[in-house]
Formats: sequence, C-alpha cells, structure tokens
Amino acid sequence: MGSDSERSTETKTEVPPADAPRPAPAKPSPRPAPAKPAARPVRKPVPPKPVPKEAPPPAFETGISAKLVEKFGEKVTVDFVKKDRVGISVGKDDIHQVAEFVRDELNYDHVESVSGVDYPQNMEIEVVYHIGSYTDPELERQILVLSTKAQREVDPIPGNDATRVPSLRDVFYSVEFHEREVFEMFGVYFEGHPDNRRLLLPEDWADLPPLRKDFAIKGR
Amino acid sequence: MSVELPPGLALKKVDERIMTLNVGPQHPGSGHMRIVVQIDGDYIVACDPDPGYVHRGEEKMAEYRNYITNIPHLERPVIHDSCNVLYPYVLGAEELLGIEVPERAKYVRVIASELNRCIYTMYWLAIYGIFLGHSTMFMWPAGDREFLIDLMEKMTGARVTHAHFVPGGVRNDLPPNFEDVCLRQVNYFEKRIKEYSAIFYDNPILISRTRDTGVLSRQDAIRLGTTGSVLRASGVDYDLRKKEPYDVYDEIDFQTHVMKEGDSYARSKVPWLDMLESCQIIRQALQKMPKSGSVRVKLKPNPKGVVGSVYKRVESGRGSLGCYIVSDGKPEPYRVKMSVGSFRNLIALPYLLKGEKLGNMPSVYWSLNYWPVEADR
Repeated sequence: MGSDSERSTETKTEVPPADAPRPAPAKPSPRPAPAKPAARPVRKPVPPKPVPKEAPPPAFETGISAKLVEKFGEKVTVDFVKKDRVGISVGKDDIHQVAEFVRDELNYDHVESVSGVDYPQNMEIEVVYHIGSYTDPELERQILVLSTKAQREVDPIPGNDATRVPSLRDVFYSVEFHEREVFEMFGVYFEGHPDNRRLLLPEDWADLPPLRKDFAIKGR
Repeated sequence: MSVELPPGLALKKVDERIMTLNVGPQHPGSGHMRIVVQIDGDYIVACDPDPGYVHRGEEKMAEYRNYITNIPHLERPVIHDSCNVLYPYVLGAEELLGIEVPERAKYVRVIASELNRCIYTMYWLAIYGIFLGHSTMFMWPAGDREFLIDLMEKMTGARVTHAHFVPGGVRNDLPPNFEDVCLRQVNYFEKRIKEYSAIFYDNPILISRTRDTGVLSRQDAIRLGTTGSVLRASGVDYDLRKKEPYDVYDEIDFQTHVMKEGDSYARSKVPWLDMLESCQIIRQALQKMPKSGSVRVKLKPNPKGVVGSVYKRVESGRGSLGCYIVSDGKPEPYRVKMSVGSFRNLIALPYLLKGEKLGNMPSVYWSLNYWPVEADR
C-alpha cells in the first residue's frame, strides 16, 4: 500500500491560485492591502500540531512482527504496526509457509476476511487476509493483516491466466468461501483450493471480474 | 452412477438412491438464497449453499462515492440492523479522516446500536418462530419490536433505514424528553421478552425440534471461523464489545452469554439473552451519558482520507462485522470491503446439515443467524 502512494498526494496545488485572484483585480486605491497581510501573520503561529504523531509503536504488536521477521528475514515486509493491527506482506511463493507459522507458532486460528485490492497501475492485485484468534487471550484484540500480490493481466481469463496465488484453505479452513468470492470478483485463481466455483455472481457471467478497477459503473 | 461428494461430506452408506433437491431461491428465510441438498431418504448427505441472488455490489458502489455519501447505501445490507452495519465503516472513516468524536455522541451511538440489535434480533426471532410453525412466536416479536422502532423513529426520523451514524458523531441530537421515553419503553420491552421464555424457550415442542440438531463443536466453530451467536452457542466467549471495546463499551458493565451445547437450541437462545443484556446497556448508557454537549464534529466538505488502510470491527446482531477501507488520499475510498457475520457463518451450514433430517433444515439454517442480503452485499 505504501509503495504507490505518491501518485495522488501532491497534485491539488491550485489553492494558492484560487487565493491569488482575489487581491489581483485590485483597483488602484480604495482598498489598501494592510488588512490581509495583517491577518495572515496572526494565523501563522497557531498550528503547533505535530504532538500526537509521536506515539511509539505498541510493544506487543512490535513483538509479533519481530517474531515474523526473525523467522523469515527478507521474505516478509512489515507494512505497519498499529494498535491491535500488524500488517505483513509476503511474496506469493512464501505465503503458505508464513501462514503455517502464523497458525502453529503465533496461535492465530481463523481468517475473518479475504479482500482483493486492484492496482492496475502496478499491474498487480493484492490479496489481503485478516487473521484473528479466538483461543489465545492475548491475541483477542489482534488482527494480523497478511497480504500478498498476484500478477494482473490486462485481458483476464479467470482461472486460466497468470493471476494466481496459493490457497490458504488447507491452513485456515475458514477462507473457503472468502477465496471463492475473491476469485469471482477479481479473477485471482487460488491454487489448491478444491472448489474454485462462482459464489455470488451468476453462472453465465461473461464480463470482467466486477471489482477490478476497469469494470466501470455506468454513468459514473 | 456414482455420486462424487465434496471431501468431508461423505456418509458411509451412499448409494444410487441419492436425490438432489433445490431449496429456494424463493425466500427460504428472508432474502433470496438457494440451498442445494442431496438427500438419501430423509437424511441430508450433502449441502451446497448458493448465495448471491441479492448481490447489490455495495463494495463497488462505495468506490465511486465519497466518505459521506457512502453512508445511506452501505447500511442497506441489513436494514433492520442499519446502525450496526454502518458502525465499522464510520469508525474506519473517522480514523482515516482523523476525527475525534464527542463524548455524548459515543453514548448516543451505543444506545442506537443496542436498540438496533434488539430490533434485528426480534425480526430474526419472529422468522425463526414461523419457520418452526409457531405462529405466536411470529406475532409477538413482530409486534413488540414496534416499540423500539418508534424509539428509533423519534431518535433518527426514520423507521428502519436511519443513516444516523456519520464520521464525527451522529446526525442529530436526541429529541427532548427522549431519555424518559426510552427508559419506559425499554423497561416494558424487557418485561415482554422475558415472557418469551414461557411460550418459546421452555416450550417442549421447540426443545424437541431444536435440541441436539445441528451440533457444532467448539473446535469446529473456531476452525470454521464462525462468529457471533453461533460461536458463543458453541462455548467460545468472544464478543467484540468486551474483547475490543469501541466507543464507550468499556465504561459499561455488562456480561456476555455463552452456552456449551452448540445445537440449534443454544443458537436460538443466545441472541435472546443478548437482548436482555442490551436492555441493561441502554439503561446504563442513558444514565452515564453527558446531558448536553455536541454530538457531531463539523466536517469539511468532501474530506480526504490519509493514505493507508484501516480495519475496524464491531459486534453486530449477527456477529463480528469488519470493514476494511483502503484510502489513496482521495475523497472516495479506494476500496471498501465488508466482512460480514452472515457470510462467515454460512460456511457452517454444510457441516451442520450433513446427516441431519430434511425436516430439521429450517431450524438449523435459521439458527445460524444468517441474513442472505448481508451475505451477498
């Protein structure tokens, strides 16, 4: 998520131009400028804001991510460590191994949600697993956000193209229907899933997978 | 011909007598949903749930609207529980937009969300009653929930789809004299639902139809990732209001109800116990709520979220409800994913129906607290 964030952050710089025209039609004399320059310096000392950003990363969550980094080293990337949430991304070849470690050593026991996120600019589709635990009292509040990326094709043939990742169904049984949903909505084929059928869409759906960004809603 | 069954579903004695039946899609409960069952005589040997008849593309629509205009349509999946369905989205949007909610608004939200939980559960209970042919149990909850709907109407202006929660608080402050009316109605409501135990939960007919049908063991409940009343009826004490308190749930004293049996009876009783607890929560919240103050932070028009992602969860009437929002710094979210309790509990249906009598299917299916429209989104 952090990798491709630059494209839209700093594009909206037309605020100064919008401000500028107001003094621009200045007719020669009637309004001398002093009022506005006076107002601006008054505003400036107000924002002493950067205090709340400094919260240190929570210790318990840092411990979880440290365990994963210690075990897998370069293979995992820590995306974020927030209160109750740890974000990890791995390559699709390692995700099965990491998921087994997460289940066996870290005591997570079920997947709450599997989401796809389409990034057409990078030609990839991210698959995000939100993993939680019912049995370990320490982990009750925690969600491990495990994400991996699948290659995206311009003309998808769901199930028969390169857009595929390994299924985690034999690690976490609870992903069964979630992965079926991601398959039909994004065209990501889950290798090893025993039942890659459609779930919500009609059987004769012949269009693009509908949650991809290039499937546009009419009129929007 | 031989019948290929999905792994984990095969019974020992399977022969050519197996017949495939379609149940639905015309309203097996509420909302269209099809269940394909294979039966051997009177016994179900395999079951394949087929949701999707009421898929509305809420997640796709959410990518085209900004954080505020997403509110009215994202509550549509469960209109009876519309506050709770919207809750995680609003919490997530607040984190992305960097908004702090006023204290009074948090209490108003808790009251609204508990009232909605009762309204939803009463509707579900009414349908459960009529599924089992108990028509009194259809009439009573359908009538008694009107009291709470009237309360919500006073509070929000709408009977079922409230669109009441917004990032930064709630849309409107409580009307004058609301606390008194609410207290009176909730007290009466509690008295009424206590009477349900005599007519429904202690009824030998109900017990004989739901006891020991569709037993979900504790291990399976965890392994399948079920949630809400299904999970608590199987002996796992997990309620997000306790485990990960949002808004002011950590300041309220209540308990969660767990049953060990894991059968349809336990699954039908846990939501009713939760309703009794909701009455406690509402009374406490009315008492502890600041009597005045703002209930909404004023937002800039078209606010932009920070770049990043957020995953928020609340306990809805059907269990944990998560909302995963990805923002790329635009006024519209880049991706909104709702992880809903109904969809997560659906995976238990093939397990529970295997080996069950066909006549027990309604009691098992509806005890899962499954709402087809929510599962399809």
